[in-house]
Amino acid sequence: MGIKEFATKEELLDFLDDKAMELRKEIVRLSAIAGGGHLGGGLSMIDIIIALHYHVMNLKPGDPKWPKRDRFVLSKGHGSIAYCPVLADLGFFPKDWLETFNRLDSPFGMHPDMKKIPGVEMSTGSLGHGLSVAVGMALSARLDNEEWRVFALLGDGEINEGMVWEAAQAASHYKLGNITAIIDRNRLSLDGPTEEIMSIEPISQRWEAFGWRVYDIDGHNMETIVDTFDSLPPADNEVPNLVIARTVKGKGVKFMEDNPIWHYSGLDGEKSEEAYKSIEQCRPVRRVIK
Amino acid sequence: MTDIQKQIVTGFTFTTDTYDQLTQSEVYGKVIGEMAETNPDIVVLTSDLMRSNKTGDFKKVFPERFFNFGIAENNMVAAAAGMAVSGKIPFLSTMAVFASLRCAESIRTDVAYPNLNVRIIATHAGLSMGNGGTTHHATEDIAILRSMANMTVMVPADSIETEKVVRASKDLDGPLYVRIGRSLEPLAYEDDQYELTIGKSIMMRNHGSDATVIACGVCVKEAMDAADELKDEGIKIKVLNMHTIKPLDKEAVISLAKTTGAIITAEEHSIIGGLGGAVAETLADAGIGIKFKRLGIPDVFSVIGYPEELYARYGIDKEGIKKGIKEVLHI
Repeated sequence: MGIKEFATKEELLDFLDDKAMELRKEIVRLSAIAGGGHLGGGLSMIDIIIALHYHVMNLKPGDPKWPKRDRFVLSKGHGSIAYCPVLADLGFFPKDWLETFNRLDSPFGMHPDMKKIPGVEMSTGSLGHGLSVAVGMALSARLDNEEWRVFALLGDGEINEGMVWEAAQAASHYKLGNITAIIDRNRLSLDGPTEEIMSIEPISQRWEAFGWRVYDIDGHNMETIVDTFDSLPPADNEVPNLVIARTVKGKGVKFMEDNPIWHYSGLDGEKSEEAYKSIEQCRPVRRVIK
Repeated sequence: MTDIQKQIVTGFTFTTDTYDQLTQSEVYGKVIGEMAETNPDIVVLTSDLMRSNKTGDFKKVFPERFFNFGIAENNMVAAAAGMAVSGKIPFLSTMAVFASLRCAESIRTDVAYPNLNVRIIATHAGLSMGNGGTTHHATEDIAILRSMANMTVMVPADSIETEKVVRASKDLDGPLYVRIGRSLEPLAYEDDQYELTIGKSIMMRNHGSDATVIACGVCVKEAMDAADELKDEGIKIKVLNMHTIKPLDKEAVISLAKTTGAIITAEEHSIIGGLGGAVAETLADAGIGIKFKRLGIPDVFSVIGYPEELYARYGIDKEGIKKGIKEVLHI
């Protein structure tokens, strides 16, 4: 598992935290060159997708359609600004492609397009669809007796959508333990706190009632994230997995944290510098002192 | 495969002299089973409508390739997309009204946008649900589906053509929407000895050049009967079966507009945006001015009644089409 081998777990975790710091900066930079982006939700989900893409999932960036790869569906498609830099960094396509972000005819915009971006498994953006797509992928894996898994990342506000619950009931009905859904629980949707706009709690009990195995974790603690994914039962188990990743919208940039005005925004040069500094200061303490 | 299964598989093969005893759904259920024998990627999906969609035989033979999604159509469509990106060829069925309206976004965004090989067999289309009333009539689906890029939209004229359309999907790259009826509609074809090509219309009657009726679905047979009766009155009509609404056979439309006196369209659909709309757009784009009439459901919600009564009410049965032709020709 994983893109790189590490001698110790501490080295792995330091590597992932470094990646998170580096790519948080890239999200901020892209939002500036793109004239705006979903900063808040991008920064809340980045630790999770880094753990998945650099450690948990079986991927071959040089062979994006490798049949045995694990699948990732970015159901919260507006996280494109965080997801695309990860794919670029992994080598699915040249990094300089990202310089066109949001421009006319660019492969990259607010939401990822599977026909234009190598590594993207499904075009997403309309909320509530991704888990259903993941169900179809997981059923296919079962039909072909394949061991690959499907991971789907959902926004917390996204689970207001009824279709998510159609997929939730289908996943447990078809015993799709090869699915792991992750909810980026940053507590804020576009208009404000989810519990004020349309409450989704108690999330754990709701998903458990739908027949899912629930993990409720700190979505920024890399060790917890890695341990959780590493402890998932084998893909042939019969209970779908839900990881509630408790996160902070805008995580890593102090002036953005927990503030819904940064749901979608761009930064000028001065603000970008401030953001970069904040991201460096927020990096967790190193485990291995070099 | 066990001997018992083989026996049931043989049941998929049906003799062509029984077409008139099979609904379009029943034909679909048998043909898809036969196709699945040679193509292991074919999977069949339904939303608690297995008995209506006639896919029960398929389930018996290929239980592991049959998926009932319950009464949750959007999830079925998006899951079909997930299966298609994983190399499967999903054939999904639900009633046309739910496929086209409830699932419009899922079809457009999850299936058409990524151009996936999902086949949507939309049953109970048009007014075929009769006394089911407006909630179960599908009179907007052609307009909705044909406005989606990448989508192919087909309306077979009868059970014989349904088989040909389902088989033709084998060579189609991209999504397909097939609109079929509910019960035993009269056959437009005498036998299956003809070639069906997606996007290529078929001349069903060629009595002369007074007018051409361009029809689809159940209206094809009605238009043929209308043409035959009008012939006795000295009115010479052509009938074109436009089984593919998208891509439309524009060449045939333009050619007939130039060589016949009028164009009348007939469909079991709203006059807005369906076959009539597509033909009108083609004529206008080509700069052709011609006597023209769209027959279909006017801009109202359809009422309760048996399908035959509704076809008469909205003027898309034989008598209605005759009347429409005479109106256009000022006879």
